[in-house]
Amino acid sequence: MTGTRVAKGGLIDRSASLNFQFDGKSYKGHPGDTIASALIANGVRIMGRSFKYHRPRGAWSGWFDDPNAIFNIRLGGDELTNCPATTTTLEDGMEARSVNAFPSAKFDIKGGLDRFHRFMPAGFYYKMFMWPDWHLFEPSIRKMAGLGKLDGHEIEGYQSDQIHDHCDLLVVGAGAAGLEAARTAAKSGMSVVLVDDHRTAGGSLYQMADVEGVCPSDWVHQALREIKAAGGRVLPGATAYGIYDHRLVAIAQERGFGLAPLLIRMRVGRCLLASGALDRPVTFADNDRPGVMSLNGAADLLARYGVLVGERLAVMAPHALAADQVALLRQGGASVEIVENIEDTPEALGGKRLRGLRANGRTYDCDTILTSAGLMPVVHLWRHAGGKLRWDDTMSCFVPDSGPDWIEAIGAANGTFELEDALAEAQAKVGLSAAPARRFAYYATPPLPVAGSMKRQWIDLLHDVTLKDIALAARENYVSVEHLKRYTTWGMASDQGKTSNVAGLSAMAAIQGKSIPQVGTTTFRPPFVPVPLELYRGVHKQQQNHPLKRLALEPQHRSAGAAMGEYGGWLRPGWYGQGEPIDIVNREVLMARGRAGIFDGSPLGKIEILGPDAEAFVNFIYYNTIKTLKPGFIRYGFMLTEGGVVYDDGVIARVDDDRFIISCSSSHVDGVNALLEGWRQDGHDPEGVFVHDTTAHWSTVTIAGPKAREILGGLDLAMELSAGEFPHMGLRETCFAGRPARVARVSFTGDVSFEVSVPSSLAPVLWDAAIAIGARHGAGPIGLEALSILRAEKGYVVIGRDTDGETMPHDLGFGIPRLKKTAAFVGDRALHNAHASREERRHFIGLDVPEGSEKLANGAHFVKKTKDGFASCGYVTSSYDSPTLGRPIALGLMDASLAREGTEVEVFHLGETRRATVTRACFFDPDGERLNA
Amino acid sequence: MQRFTCPFCGLRDEREFRFSGEAGKTRPDTTRDVSDQQWRDYLFANRNPMGAAREVWVHQPCQEYFIMERDTVTMDVIGHQQLRKDAE
Repeated sequence: MTGTRVAKGGLIDRSASLNFQFDGKSYKGHPGDTIASALIANGVRIMGRSFKYHRPRGAWSGWFDDPNAIFNIRLGGDELTNCPATTTTLEDGMEARSVNAFPSAKFDIKGGLDRFHRFMPAGFYYKMFMWPDWHLFEPSIRKMAGLGKLDGHEIEGYQSDQIHDHCDLLVVGAGAAGLEAARTAAKSGMSVVLVDDHRTAGGSLYQMADVEGVCPSDWVHQALREIKAAGGRVLPGATAYGIYDHRLVAIAQERGFGLAPLLIRMRVGRCLLASGALDRPVTFADNDRPGVMSLNGAADLLARYGVLVGERLAVMAPHALAADQVALLRQGGASVEIVENIEDTPEALGGKRLRGLRANGRTYDCDTILTSAGLMPVVHLWRHAGGKLRWDDTMSCFVPDSGPDWIEAIGAANGTFELEDALAEAQAKVGLSAAPARRFAYYATPPLPVAGSMKRQWIDLLHDVTLKDIALAARENYVSVEHLKRYTTWGMASDQGKTSNVAGLSAMAAIQGKSIPQVGTTTFRPPFVPVPLELYRGVHKQQQNHPLKRLALEPQHRSAGAAMGEYGGWLRPGWYGQGEPIDIVNREVLMARGRAGIFDGSPLGKIEILGPDAEAFVNFIYYNTIKTLKPGFIRYGFMLTEGGVVYDDGVIARVDDDRFIISCSSSHVDGVNALLEGWRQDGHDPEGVFVHDTTAHWSTVTIAGPKAREILGGLDLAMELSAGEFPHMGLRETCFAGRPARVARVSFTGDVSFEVSVPSSLAPVLWDAAIAIGARHGAGPIGLEALSILRAEKGYVVIGRDTDGETMPHDLGFGIPRLKKTAAFVGDRALHNAHASREERRHFIGLDVPEGSEKLANGAHFVKKTKDGFASCGYVTSSYDSPTLGRPIALGLMDASLAREGTEVEVFHLGETRRATVTRACFFDPDGERLNA
Repeated sequence: MQRFTCPFCGLRDEREFRFSGEAGKTRPDTTRDVSDQQWRDYLFANRNPMGAAREVWVHQPCQEYFIMERDTVTMDVIGHQQLRKDAE
């Protein structure tokens, strides 16, 4: 007989049943089971096939150290691949399938591969398939090997949320030591977080008959109550899987099957590792047979899930705490034989079904073999944090040695395996005092692996590495552990060698006649347990990775049929209506030129500069002289970097003596705001000036075109609009619908244009009114595409498109402040260095193409012949077919020596050379008559 | 990832902060003659010390610029102070 469910005990709810399937057969389990514990309770042993040889394998333990039972699990139409059966909580309706087996783990058609094992030693693939080319063989080998297959179906809502958190003390592991430490710390007033990968705290406490005189469940609940009452936080189902630089602990918290785990990035003041210990396997012949298990795993399965792994147990566990676990198993109803003083290499008897154990010259009649060559502290996180390890000869295991001052191991993770010692240590370490001397003297006397048996002795169950492979590696001089690991793939599987690590080290030590610490250890790296890649991506996708800024008027644009697109980080209307976009855009341009275009200018920056020093501040920030600007007027200007390069352009309005509004480019608002704050706080007296970004508070509707004044007149803004009373570059504060409004007469199209700004809540009223009045004048909304053409016709630059990282203001034709402005301003000195004063700088120019030819390509280079071939002397920055002029237009940056009106240049693009003529960078209304009308 | 102290908001995650520049740099008075060398030093020449460094950082949510002293080798944050004149 194999596994059974005992009548009582464990943390499962026997009153309820859960139905599930494994490899097509139906079984029942209970709430609280893992899928592995339920299968063992149903007598199922074979849960998978090994990676390379397709050997039948069963669960080695009851928790994360099991390398064998890996399933694809389907539930409610969703399938997750490579789920560890021992840590996946059972849910009703689960359909599980072993991953490397067909048709089932029990009858696998590739099982015969095992018979060819002697031809497939370590390094087999490296040696065999090098000639003629590995890539010929790779596809079929990959198909043979491997774990679960993806079904290609994306699970809806499978998204990890990510939380940034911090605490004074993080306790990893809610066993005896962890609970005691968290309780002590929380009561002392620290902010404490306790994480444990089980849904139910308690670690291995349930294996005890009593804890400090009470039953383990009561003790655990009492501790949890006290931790929470003192303000501590307890995170169940949460695995601390990695420690990174600067005290960052990564925690993955499960949220149930089919849901991506939560990622918690915990920054800790201190960390106490109470991660417990694992069994080190005994290496003997055929020790991979289903039914050979970890003693601690068997005890844990009984204590937590009420599952007895077998009836007749043979136990090889030469360490000081094995007797307690044996007693527990006996109490659970098993008959146990202890195998002691092992001299030769024991051998498991039987195939798929275990029939006995041969050891010490006799045969033990058993259905299950439980082994533990000693307890191994779980030191993975300790190593992630940079802690050192020390080999303890008496305990025969690695224990934490020196390490960073903010992290300490307690309890079994520190080699303090006995309960009362662990509790005392936990209390002491919370208070930063030395732990009292251990009262219990733990020891382990593991048998050394002996090579040379007929049957294989298994080291790494997940990657099928045997003692012979280790011996072969040693013969071929792969003796360094890191080489050994890569040559044999020992410890490189998805369990990262949790159990096989020390087994492999002791094998290498035995083969070379060295001690284990002389052999050394491999590097421990996160993640401690496999985590889905989704954990790292989380919300960093699509909109959440790159959130768009949204307009207050978006509903109005959408109901007007706008094609919304991203422009400089904002979601803005590209054009309005259905049809061929280019036709629509051209119609919008012609409407704006003929009558008027109405567009949403809200993303334009509206950064207010206030205070007694505001004038001096903006005069310093801007390339242009702002000091002379009168209240009620607006000036166009540039902001430079200290290197003299144009960073942003826009208009600045002076509202009052001590109040300015900077209207920077839509895509530059955050950057300009940061630049202003930087200069204000680190360069000026911050008390005299205040920077306030009101971009989101105000929405702007811009009306541009010959009919703009009539349309604006219908808006009832109570202001004079004649050119004489309200000239170009004027600003007026007024009222709209009883709320404050600002009207700026500035233009980005070259026609008369008014920007009407109102509080954003009022924007729909303004927009609807402007559209309604506009319709009476034959005007309507225009999108960003039309606006781009309108501004190019007028030769207005877009910084970053028509300029590059070397463009200075005098390259754009704004040279006067460079020569005349006497006050200091950002970038001033850089405008006079040798580079800035060079004759051969690139100037901003316009280009005409011969009549009847197509527009130039954006980015096409102007070329000239040199003795070595061709050299670039600039490039096209903006190029459009102008509906207004009925011909192509282009803007560009060109070497000054060529940039004279009338010069013919060669324009090269994708192998084609065309000719174009340099013109002034203004194709429409060059004298500004329409602008000032 | 580290946690830094904003003089106004307290301990916050590193990702809320942005480096602004080395502390103690004074902009040359550009209304007078400034040599190419002086301007170059101001723009590009950083002390870039190994060990204790004084730097200007900004806590982006509250937009406060402040001085942070930290060790460029151990990454330890040694201290922080306000930039304002009246802060001392």
